[in-house]
Amino acid sequence: MFRNQYDSDVTVWSPQGRLHQVEYAMEAVKLGSATVALKSKQFAVLIALKRAVSELSAYQKKIIPIDEHISISISGLTADARMLSRFMRTECLNYRYAHDAPMPVGRLIGMVGNKMQICTQRYDKRPLGVGLLVAGYDDQGPHIYQTCPSANFFDCRAMAIGARSQSARTYLEKHLNTFMDCDLNDLVAHGLRALRDTLPNEVDLNTKVILKIILLTSLGGWNADLL
Amino acid sequence: MSFMGDLMNPAPLWHNGPSPGAFYSFPGNATSLRPTGHTVQDFRAHSATPITTTTTVIGLRFDKGCVLAADTLGSYGSLARFRDCNRLQKVNDLTLLGAGGDYADYQYLRDIIEQKIIDEQCIGDGLQLKPKSLHCWLTRVLYNKRSKMDPLWNNYVVAGVQDGEPFLGSVDKLGTAYEDATIATGLGAYMATPLLRDATEKGPLDEESAKALVRKCMEVLFYRDARSFPRYQLGVVTSAGVTVEEPVELKHDWSLAHMIHMK
Repeated sequence: MFRNQYDSDVTVWSPQGRLHQVEYAMEAVKLGSATVALKSKQFAVLIALKRAVSELSAYQKKIIPIDEHISISISGLTADARMLSRFMRTECLNYRYAHDAPMPVGRLIGMVGNKMQICTQRYDKRPLGVGLLVAGYDDQGPHIYQTCPSANFFDCRAMAIGARSQSARTYLEKHLNTFMDCDLNDLVAHGLRALRDTLPNEVDLNTKVILKIILLTSLGGWNADLL
Repeated sequence: MSFMGDLMNPAPLWHNGPSPGAFYSFPGNATSLRPTGHTVQDFRAHSATPITTTTTVIGLRFDKGCVLAADTLGSYGSLARFRDCNRLQKVNDLTLLGAGGDYADYQYLRDIIEQKIIDEQCIGDGLQLKPKSLHCWLTRVLYNKRSKMDPLWNNYVVAGVQDGEPFLGSVDKLGTAYEDATIATGLGAYMATPLLRDATEKGPLDEESAKALVRKCMEVLFYRDARSFPRYQLGVVTSAGVTVEEPVELKHDWSLAHMIHMK
């Protein structure tokens, strides 16, 4: 593919000052199917495309609930996402056990970021090949975070990752200022339109291209009954 | 093969000597020098008995917050050894902590809590430890220590305001925890609780009447509790924040004890 003499392992720099292994891992995120996250003042929404490998197979799991107030959608290596989601679930449970309160979303993301960073700096490890969109609700309201294999994480108002997600991001950027005051149905509609833009022209959002929608609200929980 | 004897338990090489492949246990070695009846576990446990102790903490919930009070005496058995043991701690703007029992164990845990608060401020996300979270955390810590047969010999009273509601909770050295409108630890559980309950049953208190009641309880406890002291601190937590006042001297008058004669 892009082979060159400086991409043999993560700790090797190229003369241009780049870590090729980390950059390759960033590419892995773009191979997964697209997923969109956006929030208003009251809600955070995750929407994901569930692509089936073939007509005969089941769909890949795209959205993983972490706790009553946090959920993630994934793009990239599912195995790495499962490892991260298990870590996040454990941390949320431990926080609940010790403090009798839900884990603050930003704190959890900080821990995930630290965990992912270690793999980008050690000779005997590889960067995780997965990007996450994390939606959560805590005392400070709804949150959307994006994490990358490079161990960067970003606090977002709306974000899309995965295959052809640039068109979704273009849609989200265009309507960014309207999201904060949207009601729930409009917010989901915006998310769906953003996701539709990632599909080829001849395909439309339908039962064959199955969607998974998850909401996080102050009412607690990631139930779709509110729709 | 019977000439080889018992392979698993070979006979000693000489009388009272080591067996083949075994260590030689010298006569008069560590086992016999160690104080009898102690195991390694005993040297790891710090609070087999409390040493410098403090007595009652009183906590009372009123309509908009909580008030805590505790005297400043550190007793060494029945000796009134230390006269300036402050044991009301401002945890953050929402939470006030009072402690009774072993003073060293309290200092140990106080330092950990202070570091926990500093760590939280360093994260800088504006979130603060809430009273209920601290109460739960203390429960976990104390129960965990007691399960190692090494309890922190303390009673803790957590007072605070969470989501606009006053919170008052207690944890003892076994990790037993409860919330109540009135809490008194130590001898105060017997002497102050009836006074506090009488007052709260008549209806919600305001800040001034709550403080007056707690001061009255401190006076009663001073007359009755032989490990108490006339200097005490009072702390108040409301949604406006936490204030811990400087120790005040209790006015006492032993002439009212004229009926009591020493025999």
